[in-house]
Amino acid sequence: MDLASPVLNATTALLAHVSAAFKAPLARAVVFGVHIDGHLVVEGLLIVVIVFQLSRKSYKPPKKPLSEKEIDELCDEWEPEPLCPPVKEGARIDTPMLESAAGPHTTIDGKEVVNFASANYLGLIGNEKIIDSCVGSLEKYGVGSCGPRGFYGTIDVHLDCEAKIAKFLGTPDSILYSYGISTIFSVIPAFCKRGDIIVADEAVHWAVQNGLHLSRSTVVYFKHNDMASLAHTLEKFTHGNKRAEKIRRYIVVESIYQNSGQIAPLDEIIRLKEKYRFRVILEESHSFGVLGQSGRGLAEHYGVPIDKIDIITAGMGNALATDGGFCTGSVRVVDHQRLSSSGYVFSASLPPYLASAAVSAVNYLEENPSVLANLRSNIALLHKELSDTPGLEISSHVLSPIVFLKLKKSMSSANTDLDLLETIAERILKEDSVFIVASKRSTLDRCKLPVGIRLFVSAGHTESDISKVSSSLKRVSASVLSDHI
Amino acid sequence: MVRLPFVTAATTLLSFGVILGFGHLRDFFRRVLHSLHFVGEPAGGNLKGYAPICEGTDDFYVRRFFRRVQDCFERPIASKPDAWFDVIERYSNDNNKTLHRTTKTSKCLNLASFNYLGFAAADEYCTPRVVESLKKYSASTCSSRVDGGNTLLHVELEELVARFVRKPAAILLGMGYTTNSSIIPALIGRGGLIISDSLNHNSIVSGARASGASIRVFQHNNPAHLEAILREQVAVGQPRTHRAWKKILVIVEGIYSMEGELCKLPEIVSICKKYKAYTYMDEAHSIGAVGKTGRGVCELLGVDPADVDIMMGTLSKSFGSSGGYIAATKEIIHHLKHTCPSHIYGTSMSPPAVEQVISAMKVILGEDGTDRGAKKIAQIRDNSNFFRSELQKMGFEVLGDADSPVMPMMVYNPAKMPAFSRECLKKNVAVVPVGFPATPLLLGRIRICISASHTREDLIKGLEVISDVGDLVGIKYFQVEQDRATSVQNSETEEASVNNPRLLC
Repeated sequence: MDLASPVLNATTALLAHVSAAFKAPLARAVVFGVHIDGHLVVEGLLIVVIVFQLSRKSYKPPKKPLSEKEIDELCDEWEPEPLCPPVKEGARIDTPMLESAAGPHTTIDGKEVVNFASANYLGLIGNEKIIDSCVGSLEKYGVGSCGPRGFYGTIDVHLDCEAKIAKFLGTPDSILYSYGISTIFSVIPAFCKRGDIIVADEAVHWAVQNGLHLSRSTVVYFKHNDMASLAHTLEKFTHGNKRAEKIRRYIVVESIYQNSGQIAPLDEIIRLKEKYRFRVILEESHSFGVLGQSGRGLAEHYGVPIDKIDIITAGMGNALATDGGFCTGSVRVVDHQRLSSSGYVFSASLPPYLASAAVSAVNYLEENPSVLANLRSNIALLHKELSDTPGLEISSHVLSPIVFLKLKKSMSSANTDLDLLETIAERILKEDSVFIVASKRSTLDRCKLPVGIRLFVSAGHTESDISKVSSSLKRVSASVLSDHI
Repeated sequence: MVRLPFVTAATTLLSFGVILGFGHLRDFFRRVLHSLHFVGEPAGGNLKGYAPICEGTDDFYVRRFFRRVQDCFERPIASKPDAWFDVIERYSNDNNKTLHRTTKTSKCLNLASFNYLGFAAADEYCTPRVVESLKKYSASTCSSRVDGGNTLLHVELEELVARFVRKPAAILLGMGYTTNSSIIPALIGRGGLIISDSLNHNSIVSGARASGASIRVFQHNNPAHLEAILREQVAVGQPRTHRAWKKILVIVEGIYSMEGELCKLPEIVSICKKYKAYTYMDEAHSIGAVGKTGRGVCELLGVDPADVDIMMGTLSKSFGSSGGYIAATKEIIHHLKHTCPSHIYGTSMSPPAVEQVISAMKVILGEDGTDRGAKKIAQIRDNSNFFRSELQKMGFEVLGDADSPVMPMMVYNPAKMPAFSRECLKKNVAVVPVGFPATPLLLGRIRICISASHTREDLIKGLEVISDVGDLVGIKYFQVEQDRATSVQNSETEEASVNNPRLLC
């Protein structure tokens, strides 16, 4: 209280002094007919202060780059994930080891088993003529070709094989690749770039998906083998879209789908392609040498002229019982790949003995078209016998050499389904000496179709083989799936 | 490192300018003539209503540049790619647009194939076993490894590869290119970072793109730059979210095929260990070809194989077969066998090719009971060092480190490359010219690959031809230094002979 009053007195005295000082000298100033009072000066000062503050930038804390010591600390602290996830308990890894050729009958663990796991559709594994031509080729050219096609890795058997396949199919030219699945995922990025449109079936296998991903084009999937869905998608892209004429557009389908055994209706696809002006890329790995009157593939089966399909690719590891792949089409299509297809330019070429095996296999097919009739009757017989399997149903086409059996009632997830099917396959091998396989899927595969048991029918199977596999399948699936039917 | 003289750079650019200028001129005339209906098909070759399948501008390089030199590439052969092989002669009636085969062949010295240890030739140990396995297992299994394509041979080879490379386990895949493109996505995905050397092979680039991880490139063989990138990336984290990277994978190659250089592996491995990044090494050209016992760059540079997380290699170069492998710890291989799409969906390797690798590895390891393997490895090392030093003495600019069997010879000028290749072929030596786009624009080169099956006489013949053609074409860029050195030598010998007349005889 003692301090308060002197302070108050001092403040009031000061204020009086200030106001007097303000009023005094300017009391007589007149500017533009306005008396300058002290308070105008104060207001003027306030306005200046406000404008000054508004014009200043707002405060940002200064950006300091990380010092070396801080970077060291961060690097020490950082813990990466392990390169691979930990091993799951009970994960199945051992596949049966074959001890002889993978023909219709093979040897596993010293026992002879009936083999339905190899895509040996024409029964050419173990064929004497083909083996002789391979031996001749091995002695003349050695095993590997030791170089890519551009740098002395082109051997005359490669050129002969390309000419032979082109002549067999009736196309101007073809090009050989050194591995089956690398064919399609090298062809697609060679023709489809960023900005192009691709309409693909949702059930295409991993190699096609990889090709579509690498091409960086706009990819739209349509419902598996559903032509109405395809028409709808094509319509959506071209309707009212003036730009659509200037960009390249493709439809990618497989002839026989590995993931389901269905066959693509080529006549319908060609009709849609011509209506909406798309190009067709057809993956024929499982139908080359199988469909059609003389085995020339899907085009022959539907009676469509082969030049209506723009690009045909196929792996030779199925009906032709060799390895590698080819792509065929017009001269322009094939020529372009010789410089722009990465799987062709940057990879060692196909071993020459496999190319001569391919040539012999095509020769055999031309000389013995009756082998196709054998294959067809085997497939029909198998369909008939497996039609009443407990718990499993056939979901593949009647002409497809891949007979796809899926569970009638699916379990919670694809993994549990797969476990169940693999149990069935293991028991069939152990108890009845029949070798079948369930369709395994990689985690990188985006196909969502159900898993199943795949039986690869061969022209070399006999009727007793077929009855053996069907009776065994019926018995074991009844016992394993008894809770789930 | 490549030393590019200023005059050479200027003339190379001028040369490219002339070629491109003529190309554009011809394209202009073609367009004019097409619009006046003198020429039929437009440059794109398209049907009505469809966009051209090959863009006009993409094709420019092929039509106006590559076509002129097309006869230097894809030369077919009619025999094994051994030290001497038969090159089929081709002719063209329309300026290289189409090339036709003849039945005539000419025997040439092979300085082009990747036949490092000479297994492309018939081998007394390997060939009978390969033929036997062909008769037993047939040419193919028509099935993938996880279905019905797993034979005893495949399992044996995986164990042998793991033992050869000194890693716990290995997985075998059918093709070298597919190995890289399908293994990298199985190891790393979105949220991960791949740091790869700027000169890595196309298969590694393709696998890195397919994986979905972020990609950074470090300067070729520069461990300091790698360290700078690692420090920056670990500190900063993923772009935009700044979360920590899930894992970092550094990808290098053992021998770079266009440079002939060895990778600086000890430094890179120590940096990766310090920053906890994983290392992936692609030994396509070095496995079997370098190292005291042929075990690759790790053995040559003294790096413990356990320090490199993933070792990849191809079997088509040193072992004369086809296919690829990955060697790593048991857990990683277990994981790959369950996820790698190429293993699950791709046809398993052809059994005779598997047998060829098994026999070749046994020969290299000496398990066939002879010492031919050790002799081959010593032979290729001697051959490479001899050839390289002779070329350098002649005045050529040769890249690559000592002991590496790949030696690129710089040519630079785009017109000299096909000239060199054609002149050499006339004198029965087969070489490979490599230019844009496999190498930078100005750095065209001739790549020579030495094999253990070349004898000393073969190499001397090759050197004579290369020297003659080099003089003709004019690529001995360091001749001046050489002349000075030889003139110094000559003057010394003259002095010595004046003092001692008997030396002249």
